[in-house]
Amino acid sequence: MSQKTDMKIPALPSDKRSSFLARFGIWIVAAIVLAGLPYVFSSGLAVSTMCMMGTMIIFALSYNMLLGQTGLLSFGHAVFFGLGGFLTAWAMNAVAGTSSPVPLFLFPIMGGFTGLVFGIIFGAVSTKRSGTAFAMITLGIAELVSSSALILRHFFGGEEGITLDRTDMVQVLGLSFGPQIQVYYLIAVWCLISVAAMYAITCTPFGRICNAVRDNPERVRFIGYNTQTVRFMAFSLSGLFAGIGGGLAAINFEIMNSAQMGVGESGAVILMTYIGGIGNFAGPIIGAIVVTYLQLMLSDVTDVWQLYFGLLFIGMVMYAPRGLAGLLALQQPLLQTRQLHHVAPYYILALLPGLVAISGLSMVIEMTYQLAVKTAAGPAMVFFYIPFNANSPLPWIIAVILFAVGTWLFLRAARLAGDAYSQALAWRKLP
Amino acid sequence: MFEILFISTINGVLYGMLLFLMASGLTVIFSMMGVLNLAHASFYMLGAFFGFEITLHMGFWAGLVFAPLIVAGIGMVVERYGLRHVHRHGHVAELLFTFGLTFVIQEVVEMVWGKLPVDYRVPASLDFSAFTVFATTYPAFKIFALLVSVVIFLALLMVIRRTRIGLIVQAALSHPDMVGMLGHNVDRVFMLVFGVGVALAAVAGVIAGPVLVTQSNMAGLLGPILFVVVVVGGLGSLGGAFVASLLIGLVQTYAVAFNISLADVFGSSPLSGDVAFYLDDLWNVTVAQVAPILPYLLLVLILIFRPRGLMGTNNR
Repeated sequence: MSQKTDMKIPALPSDKRSSFLARFGIWIVAAIVLAGLPYVFSSGLAVSTMCMMGTMIIFALSYNMLLGQTGLLSFGHAVFFGLGGFLTAWAMNAVAGTSSPVPLFLFPIMGGFTGLVFGIIFGAVSTKRSGTAFAMITLGIAELVSSSALILRHFFGGEEGITLDRTDMVQVLGLSFGPQIQVYYLIAVWCLISVAAMYAITCTPFGRICNAVRDNPERVRFIGYNTQTVRFMAFSLSGLFAGIGGGLAAINFEIMNSAQMGVGESGAVILMTYIGGIGNFAGPIIGAIVVTYLQLMLSDVTDVWQLYFGLLFIGMVMYAPRGLAGLLALQQPLLQTRQLHHVAPYYILALLPGLVAISGLSMVIEMTYQLAVKTAAGPAMVFFYIPFNANSPLPWIIAVILFAVGTWLFLRAARLAGDAYSQALAWRKLP
Repeated sequence: MFEILFISTINGVLYGMLLFLMASGLTVIFSMMGVLNLAHASFYMLGAFFGFEITLHMGFWAGLVFAPLIVAGIGMVVERYGLRHVHRHGHVAELLFTFGLTFVIQEVVEMVWGKLPVDYRVPASLDFSAFTVFATTYPAFKIFALLVSVVIFLALLMVIRRTRIGLIVQAALSHPDMVGMLGHNVDRVFMLVFGVGVALAAVAGVIAGPVLVTQSNMAGLLGPILFVVVVVGGLGSLGGAFVASLLIGLVQTYAVAFNISLADVFGSSPLSGDVAFYLDDLWNVTVAQVAPILPYLLLVLILIFRPRGLMGTNNR
């Protein structure tokens, strides 16, 4: 990580004692929102989607402790998520049926503990290096663990994975955790605790030193810190939280599979965290919500949804390296000076041709897919409720025109929006 | 026994040379631009699929020439319009860009050629047995593949060591600004090096395609091993990459050839009870089954005992 990327860090704790509401208000609001969400989105699908989002928020935030806070790019973070899940599943299966007084809501601790232990083990090896070598080592460890999972069939259950029964625990307060809504509240509580804990870590001196290791490791060494120790601690702690996420995922799905700690899952968390924005604490939360939703929605609409994800990711890396949260953070000064209404029309002006360009591109992708993979279905296809023949040249011409014209107009509108943005900012400084 | 050893050694050297064809491009790109091209194995896969497609229409030899050229073109476009743009966001962004590229290439290949293996065959002119050891015949195509990779390796060495182009490339590695001052277009040198690097991977793909399986998961299978090679050899060291490629090629091929487990050597597991139940897998697993994870074990061992890699110089 170079010094060029000036990350937005949480505001420094001020000297004067802030009021109770100012300090904890945001968390109280978050708790109320989490409690109220199932009443707004009450369908079964919505509740289980929110359960997935909750585990992914923990996972993505734990990943950002590495990538965003400490500048460590890991390609094997799902190892801790998966191992946490597997150990939680085994612990639950060991307790199930016996009358041990361990209620279900304590089991994610097992996941977190597992994550921490393996974080310490793998961290001791991988944090010896930083930068590119660190990334490659985490990739190697991820491959090592996921290949070993297929060899140790008894423990990891081979291809099928191992199942568990979350209702078979001691019931406290009459909570059976059979209905999904009860699992939602379990995940919500753990999510809130983990998010608050991770935020608290960013505010400690340790969190600051992590930022310093990211921005200027040499200087950190000059002031007497061992950068390897800092990396190691960050790595272990992020393993802890990833393990909690994994434990919750095991409870949520009632099955753990070795694919859940593979390279694919590690890739998914990178996508989430980066699309959300690594420079902002809220970024990974936004990323986890948006990407989980898109995954579920897009996989219904198209078979090549992963291609769209790859393109979206590359687009973000190239043009919005601070992610969605970074784009939102850009609007903050406008909001403060009440200038947003001057710029907002330009955003809409840019959005429309952008959508046109995207539809042209996706039309090309879908037509290629229809002709190359779904050959059995023939060239007749439906795109946006419009039926046509993918073999005829007309739809291809239309698609290319849509894409080209849309891109051209988008670039022009984007320039206008950029001008309007800087003008609005300049106007603020004038008086 | 000697027969297995002999055949395994040739196979191991061949596999190692193929790995080195890729690792060399990767290493040169890394030491030049400081970015490890995570999509390198994807370009290898593209090479194999283009080779297959061109073989269908124009024959194998045309594929061997044109597939790497096409891939070099794609690589140069990626460098010119992608990587160079991302460069100002820092190294992590560059790594992530190539990481995203692996996703896109994988999906595009699946979209065009499907998920099943394609029928990429050894050309008829090379489809005979080169020699017979004891009772085993050895296919001529593998010898050809070995020759191609050795020739390219030597040619690369000559170009870098003995020509003016190699001199500029070497200079641009260490002092890019100075080379720019002397009137060379460093950006273009970078672009060409990226193109040549991925073209080498594509050559490996064209000649490995008929021997191994040409399938959309081949990049995912080979990529991680490739990165193990460059880390074990020492990031940025060509000599290290060469040694590590051969080492990993031989280790993996030998492991596949020896199909024995701890149970075969020491008899059935001495443990009993619950411990035996879980360690049973470990006891009965054969060396051949462990072969896929050996490179990663090697990686971890190297990191513990020699963190900078076999021949790495700087502790980047």
